[in-house]
Amino acid sequence: MSFLSHLINGISLGSIYAIIALGYTMVYGIAKMLNFAHGDVIMVGAYVCFFALNSFGLPPVVGVLLAMLICTALGILIERLAYKPLRAAPSLAVLITAIGVSYFLQNGALLLWGSNSKVFPSIFNNAALHLFDGQLTIGVTTLITIAACVVIMIGLTLFTGNTKMGKAMRACSEDKDAAILMGINVNRTISVTFAIGSALAAIAGVLLCSAYPLLQPTTGSMPGIKAFTAAVFGGIGSIPGAFLGGILLGIIEIFAKAYLSTELSDAIVFLVLILVLLIKPTGLLGKKTVVKV
Amino acid sequence: MKKTIALICAILMLTVSVVACTASGKTETSGAIKIGATGPLTGGAAIYGQACANAAQIAVDEINALGGLQFEIRYEDDAHDAEKAVNAYNALKDWGVQVTLGSVTSTPAKATSALNFEDGIFALTPSASNPSVVEGKDNVFQMCFTDPNQGMASARYIANTGLGSKIAVIYKNDEDYSTGIYQTFAAEAKKLNLEIVSTTTFTADSQNDFSVQLSDAQAAGADLIFLPMYYQPASLILAQANQMGYAPKFFGVDGMDGILTMDGFDTTLAEGVMLLTPFNADASDEKTVNFVKKYQEKYGEIPNQFAADAYDCIYAIYQACQNGNVTADMTAQQINEIMKAQFTSMSFDGLTGEKMVWGTDGMVAKDPHGMVIQNGAYVGMD
Repeated sequence: MSFLSHLINGISLGSIYAIIALGYTMVYGIAKMLNFAHGDVIMVGAYVCFFALNSFGLPPVVGVLLAMLICTALGILIERLAYKPLRAAPSLAVLITAIGVSYFLQNGALLLWGSNSKVFPSIFNNAALHLFDGQLTIGVTTLITIAACVVIMIGLTLFTGNTKMGKAMRACSEDKDAAILMGINVNRTISVTFAIGSALAAIAGVLLCSAYPLLQPTTGSMPGIKAFTAAVFGGIGSIPGAFLGGILLGIIEIFAKAYLSTELSDAIVFLVLILVLLIKPTGLLGKKTVVKV
Repeated sequence: MKKTIALICAILMLTVSVVACTASGKTETSGAIKIGATGPLTGGAAIYGQACANAAQIAVDEINALGGLQFEIRYEDDAHDAEKAVNAYNALKDWGVQVTLGSVTSTPAKATSALNFEDGIFALTPSASNPSVVEGKDNVFQMCFTDPNQGMASARYIANTGLGSKIAVIYKNDEDYSTGIYQTFAAEAKKLNLEIVSTTTFTADSQNDFSVQLSDAQAAGADLIFLPMYYQPASLILAQANQMGYAPKFFGVDGMDGILTMDGFDTTLAEGVMLLTPFNADASDEKTVNFVKKYQEKYGEIPNQFAADAYDCIYAIYQACQNGNVTADMTAQQINEIMKAQFTSMSFDGLTGEKMVWGTDGMVAKDPHGMVIQNGAYVGMD
């Protein structure tokens, strides 16, 4: 029974990684850049929702929508101000800029909202399913997190596969110059990608803080790095890959803690990552590509 | 990769700030004794650094208002990072610091206390509780309990009052504070025949999910969980235990202080949580009431134990300066010698204890008090 409960906890943690990883992978797949500020957009989303609920007493749905709205705007703004001017620059420059934006957001949050940790209110009531005579408890938050993750993954797959904008995104991902020749507005496509990624970040932030209700300016950074790992693990650029990578990472982390050692759990997680990358350098579901220099 | 780059950026930024500080730091002596300190004014541990800086400022203002001996206090940010703390310490030296309050947290304090010893500049840290902060340094003193002291006192308290028979411990194994308390707790528990049935850990990188640690404790039948950690992870543990429907007794240490003032924290979660702490903001003695009132007026918050420790530090230094006839024109090294003699011989009454005395090892002797959280407030247990 404890195995099952660890498994569910693992999937729950993994779903959060997966939603964050989806944001990473979208942006990487289309703009070919690692947006290290993604984790901090998550934190901003969580703060927006926190204040909407706690200070203005808005209903949770409005809080989440507001968080998505503000994060979308923030994502577009970051892209416009920090990344767009560097479109022609080497990718290392963009990477450093992304790290800069990440620190900027963290310190901005520190300045705006202070260093005192806040406790995120429970959006979903704390009800739980008790199965097998109460031996197995599954929180509603867990179920909603998992469901949200699956819905988002399917939604994104359909969006990139079937809509005009989605196809434009894939075209940009394949070959930017060819996409321009085909009459696709690459700048706009990348902006939309950032908008979607940031809206996802807001959802991830709310779910992360609902599951683990501690909110501080550094809240997003570690889950962000883990989710980035998950995205690489699953094959960066691949939407199902990010989903799979996130879920597996969560499960491995919890199982490593439960059955091997709480002290070594992170080492084990990254050891698995190294092994996977040694055997399959593009990640679990990554496409094999020929790098043209 | 991110870390390396971040480190380079941090070093660059620090160089700039150090240069800026040296440029602005050359003010003329104003007849006041310069007290310097480093602490996390930003970053994850900023609540402690800010509490100390705020409270020290209140104490300095009070003392200056008395006339006579004048103090000037300056806090430099170390962001709870040993490297930054060294830079912050050097900035203080350039400013012409004469006495220091060391560092607020243990990890930076280990670095700065070594420099304090080398340079012969006196340090009295309000809250860096790791024993290695004072070990082998005859001019570094602590106002707070050392970690061993806390671990030992907690084990004894639990054994004497029969609070729990099967004990689980969750500690943060990448933090000196948490590990230090755990080690002495475990050693003392063994001596006292307390049964520890589950020991699990977490790190800064894995402090979100405690489901595994809690189910381990539950499966082992623990009726008391000892939490030697700061209050942020503790708040998550309380929330997750509640969600699991697991309700053992929780016993914390002084780092638990602050949990009730977290924005949005559901204080019913902390109902019945016990902790050992030397300071209680609800105490009704005149000193505490006066300090809490001033702190609230000025900073809009209830002061925590770190604030009380820093406030006591300034007054302890004041007492030592008066007894030792310290004047503002003495060098840091001259003051250092006087302070060492004073601190090993004097007895000090402060917010965090009566009749505190220091050993030559720099550790303070005072009594911890057991507190329990009832209806969202600390109530004394004895």
